[in-house]
Amino acid sequence: MSIDLDSRPCLAPGCRMNEKTQQPRTLLMPERALRLNGPSLEIVERCDTKHTVAQIIAELQQLYSKAEPAKVEQDILGYLALLQKERALDFEP
Amino acid sequence: MTSAIANPLALIAELTHRCPLHCVYCSNPLELAQRSTELSTEDWSRVFQEAAAAGVLQADFTGGEPLTRPDILSLIRSARTAGLYVNLITSALPLDESRLEALVEAGLDHFQLSFQGAREETAQEISGTKAHAHKLRVLEWLKRHRIAVTLNFVIHRRNIEQLPGMLALAESSSATRVEFANVQYYGWAFANRDSLLPTREQLMQSIDFLKKAQERLAGKIKVEYVVPDYYAKYPKPCMGGWARKLMLVTPSGDALPCHAAKVIAGLSFENVKNRALREIWEVSDAFQKFRGEAWMQEPCKSCDRRALDFGGCRCQAFLLAADATATDPVCSLAPQRPKVDAILNEINSAGMRLAPAADAPLTKPAWLYRPNPS
Repeated sequence: MSIDLDSRPCLAPGCRMNEKTQQPRTLLMPERALRLNGPSLEIVERCDTKHTVAQIIAELQQLYSKAEPAKVEQDILGYLALLQKERALDFEP
Repeated sequence: MTSAIANPLALIAELTHRCPLHCVYCSNPLELAQRSTELSTEDWSRVFQEAAAAGVLQADFTGGEPLTRPDILSLIRSARTAGLYVNLITSALPLDESRLEALVEAGLDHFQLSFQGAREETAQEISGTKAHAHKLRVLEWLKRHRIAVTLNFVIHRRNIEQLPGMLALAESSSATRVEFANVQYYGWAFANRDSLLPTREQLMQSIDFLKKAQERLAGKIKVEYVVPDYYAKYPKPCMGGWARKLMLVTPSGDALPCHAAKVIAGLSFENVKNRALREIWEVSDAFQKFRGEAWMQEPCKSCDRRALDFGGCRCQAFLLAADATATDPVCSLAPQRPKVDAILNEINSAGMRLAPAADAPLTKPAWLYRPNPS
């Protein structure tokens, strides 16, 4: 299932991060929790219905300027696909 | 108190054993808690605080029927205030639309709705209650709220032919997760086991059907299927291992490593009214009992899989082999596996006679129905 780069990801109903004061930052969903650190936190924070997938990729490529841009894109798409498969993410057109 | 023991991740809050249903597969113990012994709102609030402080991320509100607690909104609020993600495991029977709205407003994150079948007659036979039509209404209400929804279909010989109908029901709902969970044999399910275990043929067909459904619905609905472990080659890593990831607090406040632990003779359990949750988790006798590997017998003791499945389920080892330290008898390597094979042979020889076709009239077995404690 390929991801539309112009779509805007957002957390699915009932999927949310824990409070900003809670460490480690975690993505919570039914019967499951994913620890968020570094890149994964940056990605999930941008799943806000405002950022397109393309924008998330561009912003992270800037943040992680020492990393291979193609690898950053690959990793982001892989992570978004994983979250979508878990039904933690929806994509708005 | 620093410790080498990893913190618990989820708290199973068994709020009550009261329930308007009488399901023949209920995993509650045969001895049900009386209402007068239930923890107060304040007790639970403190438990949630202690759980979050100990590192717990999620609370599963279950029972019995958690919605029979008149303080359910306060309980949800205090769990959220404590910083927990709140799952509700419910039959939805004592629920109207305004109360559902109130649950969501109170901060409920995830609504898991049980189904006993795809048809009213089956649901009524299995639960001893008329609940199916109401659940369908609740499915419609859920579409109007921003909340995670899971449908949980409890599967056994009497309804396994209804998988297509169950799947259709799920697809017409707003659920993003569906669990087809074969009954596991504890509590009332253990007592009714011989009427619940599916035949091998039914099981193989169901696996085939659901695998295809999983692929078709990938990305839209997460389909999960749990097979009865009597038919498995290796045992389940029960609860993620004894006292490794999950802890349960009973309606009266006893802290257990799992819902069935009281069947094991010789274990004593501490109560959250008398001791802090983190202490119970880290050092109490019952929680320490089957941690590590020192308690293991052969073949578990030297088995390559021991860090994967921890030798299976201690409660099941006790129920089937009268020894909580034994290899879980469902394991193909267990000395007691022949016991499980004998049970399956019985089911599979008599089974086809007892398994109804999808539209055949049901001939009711002699069920032991779970009563509602006062």
